[in-house]
Amino acid sequence: MGVFDRVMNAVQSRNPGADIDPLVADLAASLSADRVRTDGASRSLLSHDASVFDGGVAGPVCYPETTAEVQAIMSVAEAHGASVVPRGAGTGLAGGAIPLGKPIVVAVTKMNKVLEIDLDNRVAWVEPGVINLNLTKQLAPLGYHFAPDPSSQQVCTIGGNVANNSGGPHCLAYGVTDAHVVAVEVVVPSGDVLMLGGLEAEPLGYDLRGAFVGSEGTLGIATKVAVRLTKNPPAVRTLLLSFSSVADAANTVSGIIADGMVPAALEVMDQRITQAVENYVHAGYPTDAAAVLLAEVEGLPGGVALDAERIGEIGRANGATEVRAAESDEERALLWKGRKTAFGAIAQVKPDYYLHDTVVPRSKLAEVLEQVYAIADTYDLIVMNVFHAGDGNLHPLLVFDAREDGVLERVHQAGEEIIRASVEAGGVLSGEHGIGVEKQKYMDAMFTDADMEHQNRLRKSFDPACRANPGKVLPSGHSCADIQALRKVPTGVWG
Amino acid sequence: MSLLTITDPVLLGFAEEVGTAGDVAVEGGRTRWSFGGEASPTARLVAAPTGVVSYQPDEMTVQVRAGTTVADLHAELAKHGQRTALPERGGTVGGALAVGENAAESLGRGPIRNALLQVRYVSAEGELVTGGGPTVKNVTGYNLPKLLVGSLGTLGLMAEVILRTNPTPHTSRWLKAEGVDPFAIYNDLLRPGAIMWDGTTTWVLLEGHGVDVDAEQQLLAPHASFAEVDGPPDLPAHRWSLTPKDLRGANAEVHGSFVATIGTGLLFSTEPAPAQEVAANIVEVSERAKRFFDPTGRLNPGRNPLKARV
Ligand SMILES: Cc1cc2nc3c(=O)[nH]c(=O)nc-3n(C[C@H](O)[C@H](O)[C@H](O)COP(=O)(O)OP(=O)(O)OC[C@H]3O[C@@H](n4cnc5c(N)ncnc54)[C@H](O)[C@@H]3O)c2cc1C
Repeated sequence: MGVFDRVMNAVQSRNPGADIDPLVADLAASLSADRVRTDGASRSLLSHDASVFDGGVAGPVCYPETTAEVQAIMSVAEAHGASVVPRGAGTGLAGGAIPLGKPIVVAVTKMNKVLEIDLDNRVAWVEPGVINLNLTKQLAPLGYHFAPDPSSQQVCTIGGNVANNSGGPHCLAYGVTDAHVVAVEVVVPSGDVLMLGGLEAEPLGYDLRGAFVGSEGTLGIATKVAVRLTKNPPAVRTLLLSFSSVADAANTVSGIIADGMVPAALEVMDQRITQAVENYVHAGYPTDAAAVLLAEVEGLPGGVALDAERIGEIGRANGATEVRAAESDEERALLWKGRKTAFGAIAQVKPDYYLHDTVVPRSKLAEVLEQVYAIADTYDLIVMNVFHAGDGNLHPLLVFDAREDGVLERVHQAGEEIIRASVEAGGVLSGEHGIGVEKQKYMDAMFTDADMEHQNRLRKSFDPACRANPGKVLPSGHSCADIQALRKVPTGVWG
Repeated sequence: MSLLTITDPVLLGFAEEVGTAGDVAVEGGRTRWSFGGEASPTARLVAAPTGVVSYQPDEMTVQVRAGTTVADLHAELAKHGQRTALPERGGTVGGALAVGENAAESLGRGPIRNALLQVRYVSAEGELVTGGGPTVKNVTGYNLPKLLVGSLGTLGLMAEVILRTNPTPHTSRWLKAEGVDPFAIYNDLLRPGAIMWDGTTTWVLLEGHGVDVDAEQQLLAPHASFAEVDGPPDLPAHRWSLTPKDLRGANAEVHGSFVATIGTGLLFSTEPAPAQEVAANIVEVSERAKRFFDPTGRLNPGRNPLKARV
């Protein structure tokens, strides 16, 4: 936040009544005054997400409760030539929800009802602000769950999952969010309400539903989602394999996939993160192993036993020093708690961290990880690795103390080299966090100008005037990215 | 030269053949030639290049040119015990993706739209464009592959794709019984490969480890005595795209002779499906996309993905 904004915010929060901005007045008339916030605290809070990025300052913050209210916000925005930024829980790691310029922030957190659980069609209709884990909890007594399970699932919203096409440890077998979204109701910037996709087997026309999932809030605002329900498997087996090198763990993962198995989850943690996790939750992780592999198989009891056995064999053939099966549901839950709170555990090591997210071919895991450690060494940084190994999704975590002089520069340089190494190995920029403002400048490592121009055509089909979350995903030089001029160089670091 | 420059002479040759002007229609196996409208007679016919470019069983991905037949592709994958979600009923990889119809066994194989990871297509401007990426997980940029599946070649002409492959289950067993409730069976089974029902007879495809298939067969015993059969019934020609729940109401009066695929909503019927309504605002976005991607309307003129299925 700039000094000017800080002062303005301070003035505003002291004199909320002094705000006679016609935009705000129109918004307040469409919703209710208490659901349009202009005070400095609200705006400053919603100027960030969980990433390190700083954009501008949020304009008015709206909390709609219905699709009609989202439509009304869009109409007001259009009349005032304002842009809108959709926002869920703000746990995004690529800056997707940060405001650029001074847009209207549309926080859908009050649209948080599970509208219908339709077992005949195996879907649930939910509002976008429903928290991921809450849906799964509500489905549990019925024997179903919502398969995408980001580590942030206790707080992140289904709308955010849809917008980012989020993944999670159990997306290896089940697929990421895209595979679980059957239909989405979207309010596009013109104010029209579109129903994309549908419950029928093969909806006619272009797959606009598929185009919307993962579009990071740049095509419109999701107001209702039909998500697929996944049956809970009767048998689950969780294995913990220890290794004396990260390469052995990575090779085990490639070996398992090469063997024709697609386990429910294959997660690797290196020694540094394992030690931090163990100190934090005491889940029973071995702290002397160079790497651990958390493997989970599920399905029917017979096949689960066979797969578990085979994973053990492949592990041992690749040098596993220990193969342990969780003996009880409690032990299993504890192991997962360790994995899912890994990021929280970092705080004991250093106050700040930067979490990367790239994908490499699974057979290149060991090789790229070696490069990642070397890059961190070069920049004199600590790196920890905890990642969705089964689909080659790396999450190198650079930990540091932002108070150290010049450390941020090193963090950004190391990050850039990690990204480039991943792409050079035949990988991609992001497996689940998205591009947002974080990786726009690397898009040209994967796409030509023509490729990006075509992506822009898709974008403009929904939002010809570039008013939905402008300045994200595509780099400057493409229309809808022009607002970038308003953006400041990232400074803050998420602690 | 940038790493991104496409140098494969076969792809470049296809782009050149498509050129920058004049109507073109891409011809696959002609198994769904009239789908979405007849090709305009003014269009020059082109065919996408063929061949499996690289297959990495360990990655569960395959890079294949769009003119390759699905049969040839699947024969190659079968050598490593793998398959894709593409339906096996003749035709080419590009054709299957452009039409976007799921396999009748999509409960087990997954929908076709999940299969496409990366696509290289020739644009209306005659350029080779890449959408998506080579890895099994990827959220980099807008999802052009999704837009292309089912687009009937109206936005770009597919030249080469990278597809997700899946391990072929250890055991596949088709079973058949009379007079059972297929919906109850769907609820009892964990992940059936397919359940088909013609109003009286139910066919079930069990897939997975042999022990699991045996166990699920046991589970079916209380419903009826199931007999092992070679495969699914013959499927009537017309596809009805319904919801899974709608299938409960499937009946001879409306659907003639039919085979419903339980759990997916897809119904095969001797009767043509009634025209599907598409909301005006969906038409608007779709037409805008078409104008942006193909301003002169030279790609597969006459075809419209919003037209009813045949
Ligand atoms: C500790 C931690 C762990 C994480 N683990 C994972 C993980 O395992 N896997 C993973 O994939 N991600 C992970 N994330 C990232 C993040 O949680 C996900 O991207 C999540 O889906 C974002 O949801 P949100 O509700 O917080 O969205 P926000 O951050 O509020 O928004 C994210 C994007 O979605 C858009 N958006 C939000 N709601 C809507 C809507 N209704 N309509 C249209 N656009 C909308 C926003 O504009 C923005 O571009 C993690 C983050 C943290 C902090």
